[in-house]
Amino acid sequence: MLQYTLKRILLAIPVVFFISVIVFYIIQLPPGDYVSNYAAEMSVAGEGFTQEDMAAMRADLGLDRPVYEQYFIWVQDIVLHGDFGFSFNYNKPVLAVIEQYMGLTLTVSLVTMAFQYLVAIPIGIYCAVKQYSIGDYFFSGLSFLGMATPHFLMAVILMFLSYTWFGDPLLGLFSAEYVNAPWSMDKAIDLAKHMVIPVIVIGLSGTADLIRVMRGQMLDELNKPNVVTARAKGLSERKILFKYPTRAALNPIVSTFGWSLTSIFTGSTITAIVLNLPIQGPVMFNALLGQDMYLAGTWLLFMALLTVLGTLISDILLAWLDPKIRTEFRGT
Amino acid sequence: MMRPFGRRQSAAAEPAIDKDLNYSSQWRLMYVRFKKHKLARVSLVVLALLYASALFAQFLAPYGLENYDSKYVNAPPMKLRFVDAEGKFHIRPFVYGLKSGRDPETMRKMFTSDTDKKYPLQIFVKGEKYKFLGLIPSSTHLIGVEEPGRLFLLGTDSLGRDLFSRILLGSQVSLSIPLVGVGISFVLGLIIGGASGYFGGWLDAVIQRVIEIIRSFPTLPLWMALSAAIPPRIPVVRMYFYIVIIFAFIEWTGLARVVRGKFISLKNEDYVVAAKIAGVSDSKIIVKHLLPGFISYLVVATTLAIPGMILAETAMSFLGLGIRSPATSWGVLLQEAQKIDNIALYPWKIIPLGTVILTVLTFNFLGDGLRDAADPYKR
Amino acid sequence: MTAETAQPQQPLLRVQDLKIRIRMDNGVMNAVDGVDFEIRRGRTLGLVGESGCGKSLTSRALIGINPKECETSGRVAYRSSQEPEAKEEPLDLLALDPNGRKIRSIRGRKIAMIFQEPMTAFSPMYTIGNQIMEAILIHRTRNKKEAKKIALEMLSKVGISDEEKRFDQYPHEFSGGMRQRAMISMALSCNPELLIADEPTTALDVTIQAQVLELMKRLQQEFGMAILLVTHDLGIIAEMCDEVAVMYLGKIVEQAPMKEIFRNPKHPYTKGLLRSMPRLGGNKTKRLESIEGSVPVPVNMPPMCGFYDRCKDRIEGVCNRRSVPATQISGSHMVRCFLYSEQQGGDNDGEAHIGN
Repeated sequence: MLQYTLKRILLAIPVVFFISVIVFYIIQLPPGDYVSNYAAEMSVAGEGFTQEDMAAMRADLGLDRPVYEQYFIWVQDIVLHGDFGFSFNYNKPVLAVIEQYMGLTLTVSLVTMAFQYLVAIPIGIYCAVKQYSIGDYFFSGLSFLGMATPHFLMAVILMFLSYTWFGDPLLGLFSAEYVNAPWSMDKAIDLAKHMVIPVIVIGLSGTADLIRVMRGQMLDELNKPNVVTARAKGLSERKILFKYPTRAALNPIVSTFGWSLTSIFTGSTITAIVLNLPIQGPVMFNALLGQDMYLAGTWLLFMALLTVLGTLISDILLAWLDPKIRTEFRGT
Repeated sequence: MMRPFGRRQSAAAEPAIDKDLNYSSQWRLMYVRFKKHKLARVSLVVLALLYASALFAQFLAPYGLENYDSKYVNAPPMKLRFVDAEGKFHIRPFVYGLKSGRDPETMRKMFTSDTDKKYPLQIFVKGEKYKFLGLIPSSTHLIGVEEPGRLFLLGTDSLGRDLFSRILLGSQVSLSIPLVGVGISFVLGLIIGGASGYFGGWLDAVIQRVIEIIRSFPTLPLWMALSAAIPPRIPVVRMYFYIVIIFAFIEWTGLARVVRGKFISLKNEDYVVAAKIAGVSDSKIIVKHLLPGFISYLVVATTLAIPGMILAETAMSFLGLGIRSPATSWGVLLQEAQKIDNIALYPWKIIPLGTVILTVLTFNFLGDGLRDAADPYKR
Repeated sequence: MTAETAQPQQPLLRVQDLKIRIRMDNGVMNAVDGVDFEIRRGRTLGLVGESGCGKSLTSRALIGINPKECETSGRVAYRSSQEPEAKEEPLDLLALDPNGRKIRSIRGRKIAMIFQEPMTAFSPMYTIGNQIMEAILIHRTRNKKEAKKIALEMLSKVGISDEEKRFDQYPHEFSGGMRQRAMISMALSCNPELLIADEPTTALDVTIQAQVLELMKRLQQEFGMAILLVTHDLGIIAEMCDEVAVMYLGKIVEQAPMKEIFRNPKHPYTKGLLRSMPRLGGNKTKRLESIEGSVPVPVNMPPMCGFYDRCKDRIEGVCNRRSVPATQISGSHMVRCFLYSEQQGGDNDGEAHIGN
């Protein structure tokens, strides 16, 4: 098992290297750079910005060197100093910006993830056991609809409903009076209230997906001979259901754990923009629009690394859950 | 009810006479199975209608893209009526003119029907000039009303542009981007995945690493990052081209994986090995033996990839990172639905969402139907 | 054993008019269409027929483990030889709630079953030991240590050496033959009165087949259970069975003691089966015979002989007009064929067939 894990980690290293190259390339893609944008802004504001000023600023920021050199400086700073660069928009180090939003991003993501699995697994089991029942059709229809509706519009609609029903669209994650207040019970309750819509919206497509996967897996497993064997042994239906098909069907589901968190992380971006959530998504969006390249790049890098990590965790989980792979590495 | 059951032998038991018959019968079998899937059949019809209306959008839409009228900002949908205010019945449906006033309480501008002005619906109306199918200059529109009357079947937007026309015209972009994007990724996936699976060895290893790296990027942020890199003021056609390329660049990896997997599993089938031993050339084996074996799976995978692209295009355009004005797409139209007070006051602005959902659902059902049809071992 | 001598006439299991119908898109399939047979204590009944003839459905219907779609009717009278049930009236297994407590106390305990695919019949998620112990824990003891002891004992009885280690291994670590042995040990762990073996050796190599059959025979002597052996292989029938029932298209077309079937087959289908069996010392230059045509699907069948289309001796206007009654040729030999029926020209024997 350890050997397998090490092998997987070693395989991930070249992938990470190429990812960093591509991220850097993307950062360089937009026409113009921060300095020219800044200059344009300044001249709009009425402050003249000469070519010399721009060159000085570029030299200051290291933007005048060859591209590959810029890349190495970038990587070196990350690896040696944990320095991801400077966010021009926020006027502080990238790491500080990310830290500022990390807590709430993680909270929203983890709650969404829990929501997904807690809702999808029981429904998936139910739909498979009662295949072609009204309930099955209902949930299948719902999950189809969840898949077909763009997240951000679902967010708008839910906000609208909340506004008409409760008189509060529940924008953001906190009511105005709590935004800068210290943590208290009331603030936590307020947060919980505001999380309902984001969690539903962000988790919706994942939940819809999971229901379909779980249902399909269960249907496969329910028709396996080992279920008949268990029945012939005299086990009760309930015990059979949970010990055999459910356990086997959970395998591929559980292995999506690692991957699921990243997809929530990234999937939340647009929803967060619409709902005005103080989490990563809007920060990234503004960074892209404002060509705040170090922030945007760091974020993209972070997401890609998270995906690699997620896949790694999934692979290891899958191996660990599958007796076939597990025993292979147990040594005989 | 009483059939002589001796005739109920399966077609498979019949001796195979020639290859072409067998080949066509695989498609015939698929067709028969597909026909059984009611939802997929309906979906196919709906999609055909959607694409047909996109093709003839300029003709079907009463107004063109540039048409706007500041007098009719945020006008509500008009009702097509048969019975007028006096209770008289008209065979030809008509609409009332719009009278703008102000809400006495909120002082907000609002429209009411002007029952004095009746505009009967007309067909083949002369209107703005356009090029039919992009080739033939024409100014005939299928429906319309006489000037100074206006026909806003689904209301107008904040610039006084007819939503119905814009949905039709926007569908040209929204429906074609995923198709073209998937088409490109289909070709890329087929060639690269096929090469990877058929030749194996170092080529396979390199291609697999590349795919793995591309797939490591979460799609949405990558889309966003790449879209943000598109220069803001470029011609519509180039913008469209960029977006398609971005989508295809990410999407092909999935299809390449399907192709590679199928190639590897088919390559070791006895009949392929036999052909190889018999000295059949690589290209002939691929075309004659491998492609027919999995092309159906590929079609399915492609169909199921389309909904994701539609949603992605909608999202990107919605955020202003995709198609931008003066061109339009459903995502662009939905930008006006971003603010909840907009929805509260002008609920018709959410209508493009309906067309998005309809298209995504029908593609999903179609894909499901095709998958069932393509897999002979499915129950 | 005392109960058996006390009631020598009472069979362990008596199946009467068993019917299984499955609703399909294009009608109702009469998968099993009026099957009668008896299983006597300590004896082996072979149920033989080609795939799709309903033999597996029949065997599974006995303990009610067919899927929900199978509408089952008829009577399966079961009389245990063990106290205290031995004195009671026979129990109709079909009348029991298929998920109820009563039938579950019989499954695995009194009537156990082994399956064709030992690979998929075990779940890959749990160790062999876990899955064997399960039945023991339900029926025999609640003590895990004791259950493990019984399971280990059973494993060694079926010839699995190093059973302590094997106990903690997963199914994929077993070979096919080993898995089937484990399966048998699982089935016999509660000392059942009847073992239903559904194609127990079909998935195995020929040499392993012989070993497994040998094992089953030995254990039958040791435990004294009856066996219902479902197979398509006449060779296995000849080796194992006391009695044989030949099934075709949901019906038993011929039933007799094993030797009688081989020496004196009556039904054209049975004859065809026997002719298509290779034998030692047979004519080497002659092609092995086969039965022409294929099995029809029993959906919307009119009342007629199911073998009509493929039969060389069919009687036009008789075999394809009415359903075939059973004819008793001797005390123990039954055949369902108009060639031996006195009612050839007569009326239907009252076995009404629902044609839809």
